[in-house]
Amino acid sequence: MADLLELEGVHTDIGQHHILQGVSLRVRPDAVTVLLGRNGAGKTTTMRTIMGVLRPRRGAVRFDGRPIHELPPHAIARLGIGYVPEGQGIFATLTVEENLRVAMLAETADSRERMRDVLALFPDLERYRQARAGTLSGGQKQMLAIGRALVNPARLLLIDEPSKGLAPIVVEHLIGALQAMKRHATVVLVEQNFSMASRLGDECYVMDDGRTVHAGPMAALAADQTLKRKYLGI
Amino acid sequence: MRRAVGPLLGLALLLLPLTAIEPRAWLTLTVAGLAMGMLIFLVAAGLSLIFGLMDVLNFAHGALFAWGAYAGFTVILLVNGRWGWAASPSVLANAGLLLLAVAGAAVVAFVLGIALERVIVRPVYGQHLFQILITLGATIVLEELIRIVWGPNDQVMPVPTAFQGSWDVADVVVLRFPVLAIGLGVLVYAGMRWLLGRTRVGLIVRAGVENSEMVQVMGHDIHRYFTGVFAAGSALAGLGGLMWGMFNQSIRPSMGGEQLIFAFIVVIIGGLGSVTGSLVGALLVGLSYNYVAYLVPKAAIGVTMAIMVLVLLVRPTGLFGSGK
Repeated sequence: MADLLELEGVHTDIGQHHILQGVSLRVRPDAVTVLLGRNGAGKTTTMRTIMGVLRPRRGAVRFDGRPIHELPPHAIARLGIGYVPEGQGIFATLTVEENLRVAMLAETADSRERMRDVLALFPDLERYRQARAGTLSGGQKQMLAIGRALVNPARLLLIDEPSKGLAPIVVEHLIGALQAMKRHATVVLVEQNFSMASRLGDECYVMDDGRTVHAGPMAALAADQTLKRKYLGI
Repeated sequence: MRRAVGPLLGLALLLLPLTAIEPRAWLTLTVAGLAMGMLIFLVAAGLSLIFGLMDVLNFAHGALFAWGAYAGFTVILLVNGRWGWAASPSVLANAGLLLLAVAGAAVVAFVLGIALERVIVRPVYGQHLFQILITLGATIVLEELIRIVWGPNDQVMPVPTAFQGSWDVADVVVLRFPVLAIGLGVLVYAGMRWLLGRTRVGLIVRAGVENSEMVQVMGHDIHRYFTGVFAAGSALAGLGGLMWGMFNQSIRPSMGGEQLIFAFIVVIIGGLGSVTGSLVGALLVGLSYNYVAYLVPKAAIGVTMAIMVLVLLVRPTGLFGSGK
């Protein structure tokens, strides 16, 4: 089966800093691909480059075989790529429902049906539907951030560090939700929590100093203590 | 109970000058202050949205204010020259003339706003220093263009007869035009609240004020919204310019610069990106300016500045700012 997403020799700068120094990776459809690596390895920059928030200096990003690295972020999103950024990016002054509505590409019967599904998947969001999103707990905000990515028929979901700063019990709930999402879309997940990553991931890439230094099945990495110690320090 | 504190405090501040001003004079000053506040609100609301959504410091906003005034002035001269509607005893003809002038002012400022955003503002997004320099440059160009087209001297702005003069309400002089200005301000505020609070476009704009990058990665072309907000804000400035010109019955090429100072003070007091903040800030400035100008004329501007400093000390994000 052809790859859904492909990055080929991507170099990205942020200001004067050369962050991505030739990232290459392939994401096959219907799988969860995990990006691992230490802080500052370039994982979030990779996600932002895929979404078009940062434009690569060199290299190519292809979605479904089509180059997308020169498209603006809104055009990339409209191809069917949902993004849950690190730090959630929720709109604190809008209500939970407004956060979900603003994420819809268009307010149709289909998207409203999807919103109802999201509210059923995350009952806390239903309970606080009319509350300002800024008043939610960290876990509820993360549910909302993920829920927003589900109100459109996404083919690919990019999820950046969903478990960051969350209590273990909330992480368990999150894993359940992400496993449900796997059935509907291809997922690229950046995750520092190795236990969570190994439970969800099918394929993995390890990044170091702005490069991909290892690629392979997630199960193989989980079983290889030497590699884990070398690249992840665990 | 907490929700009532703000309005009660506002009412107390409104009535406070009665301790030093005789009631009839207070009422006249209050109407003038509300009118001045509403006219400043027209300018400040657009400026606040542009700053809040686009993070753009638009110093050319004042020039658009002046262009609106001159565009409306030209419409009035043309229509009045042809049909004599300004001096007509018919209220309908007077109102028609005012509506045409309002449309002319808003359309010219709207189109200029689109041109400014596309040509000079878009290349300097995220660069405040360049924004200040380039929009100040645009202000000079736009003001000089006014001098070339309409001449450097002050012009007398004709006001339709129905909106001149005053009503005598229980021995209190209530000027007609300020009442019209207050009505227009209320209409614009209600329209903006409806647009921002009840429509999808408004929802996306409010989200964009908070985090424009996130709105973009959700599939919305934020630059289209930027252009729309910039143009709408410019149209409001143009409308404000026309009404201000009619309020003072005089217009001049540099009139925008003077008003821009008040607008920036209002935006800082009210909080960036908040329409209600702009309204409250503008009324606070308009009323305090009129009361103090009556009691201690030389302290009027100083008190306005003092209010801004006080608000910044107590609440640095402004009265209604989200803390962006």
